[in-house]
Amino acid sequence: MLPEIVALNTSPSLSVPWWKVVYDFAPLTEWIDSSLHNAMSPFWTTVTEMLLIGVLILLFYALVGLFLVYAERKVCAFMQNRLGPNRVGPFGIFQTIADLFKLLFKELIPIKDADSFLFNLAPFIVIIASFMAIAAIPFAKGLHAIDLNIGVLYVIAVSAMGVIGVLLAGWSSNNKYSLIGAMRSGAQIVSYELSVGLALITIVIMAGSMQLSVIVEAQRDGWFIFKGHIPAFIAFVIFLISSTAETNRGPFDLAEAESELTAGYHTEYSGIKFAFFFLAEYINMFIVASIAATVFLGGWMPFHVGHWGGFNQVMDFIPPFIWYIGKTFFVIFLMMWFKWTFPRLRIDQLLTLEWKYLLPINLVNVLIMAFIVLMGWHF
Amino acid sequence: MRSIINYLKEIIFGVWSLLKGMKVTGSYFFRPGTIITQKYPSNRKDLVMFERFKGEVVMPHNEKNEHKCTGCGICELNCPNGTIEIISKTIVTEDGKKKRAIDKHIYRLSMCTFCALCVKTCPSNALAFSQKFEHAVFNRALLIKQLNKPGSQLMKGVE
Repeated sequence: MLPEIVALNTSPSLSVPWWKVVYDFAPLTEWIDSSLHNAMSPFWTTVTEMLLIGVLILLFYALVGLFLVYAERKVCAFMQNRLGPNRVGPFGIFQTIADLFKLLFKELIPIKDADSFLFNLAPFIVIIASFMAIAAIPFAKGLHAIDLNIGVLYVIAVSAMGVIGVLLAGWSSNNKYSLIGAMRSGAQIVSYELSVGLALITIVIMAGSMQLSVIVEAQRDGWFIFKGHIPAFIAFVIFLISSTAETNRGPFDLAEAESELTAGYHTEYSGIKFAFFFLAEYINMFIVASIAATVFLGGWMPFHVGHWGGFNQVMDFIPPFIWYIGKTFFVIFLMMWFKWTFPRLRIDQLLTLEWKYLLPINLVNVLIMAFIVLMGWHF
Repeated sequence: MRSIINYLKEIIFGVWSLLKGMKVTGSYFFRPGTIITQKYPSNRKDLVMFERFKGEVVMPHNEKNEHKCTGCGICELNCPNGTIEIISKTIVTEDGKKKRAIDKHIYRLSMCTFCALCVKTCPSNALAFSQKFEHAVFNRALLIKQLNKPGSQLMKGVE
């Protein structure tokens, strides 16, 4: 029989039983890929796959954003001895959808003498920056949109693009208070990027590679926060602090808080554009939390201890996706805990913290980590 | 060397104070029993306000429909915005003497500021605050209340 006829008549099937897909998504993605290749030419296959991934990421974005806004309000309320949303739907779970409806109906007020092109462009830049960062994060084994060999560098670089959106928003609002807020936010984000980069470099030294899948695989016999004991723990704390400052969150939200400079750089935005800024902030928080979970806490890798076979097998029973979600939400809970415990920092206190405290400690930490890796004193 | 020691001490004390703060909010989060929000109106049946709650001015009457108000008008004089209006009448006692007694003690709930001056300055402790807080009505005339009940008279031994 001619090989082409054989190839056209047999459609590819999943090579493992369907329930094993939960533990390793690679067979599923390969099956989808080969089915598409059989059905259309390579060009259209690539286009379809890109569209599919784009739609999935959009859905993920929207759902995670909805959930995080509700979770923030509930966590904030419980920490303040009150109940939070509890009327719209059982336990208030439809509150975010109601808020979204309200924002969609609001009037988009055009600003007089404002640069309308930049004014409308700014929210999109912030959203695009967070979309690009989501693409590089490993969600589970085999569920990784782009596995770049410079994964860590790519994520830091792309999340820095958000600064452009913030500065554009402040400048094009034609409002001196928004401009001051945007300048402060820009200075803050750029300063804290140093600390984020150095904290991640500490782990890259330990892992030996910037590729995120290699970093996760290297944590198969123990998470990095346990393997690299002191310097990895210090790097984790510094990363948490710097990343809450980078995403303009928590006690570092001077540039956008409602009572400071009348909401800072997004004062003049209403309706759906404000919803973009708001959503981008929560998704940025999710991204930095997932980077922290991937690099320090082992990504989708279950909690293994060295080479204890039995214990490791029990831990393997829980699907990797659940581990990843659990770790990310743990880090998100820590960030929310920070926000609702500490009072807001002034801009000079913010910058003092970074340049006089975090950066020197970070540099010394990198030295210590390099020394420990060279001497082999990690687990 | 001194400055390095101070620097490190500052960092350690700072982190320690931050952790103490996080312990407080963490304990509030993990103990839902510390929530002080009341789920009104679903808890109307067993909702009890605190003892000194100022709901509405009332004139307590005993079982024989007697009150302690002598119609002196001190509460009307002390009320800051004229919420109380005392209408008194003259009655003739058994001894044949003419005495002043309360006819109507008008209290306008719509104007009351709940300052408690009438309750505090009444010489016979005739007025008190009740625990009722649901005062909304659809007809404004219902907010003008007469505090002494019809057919009631002054308790013996008050004046």
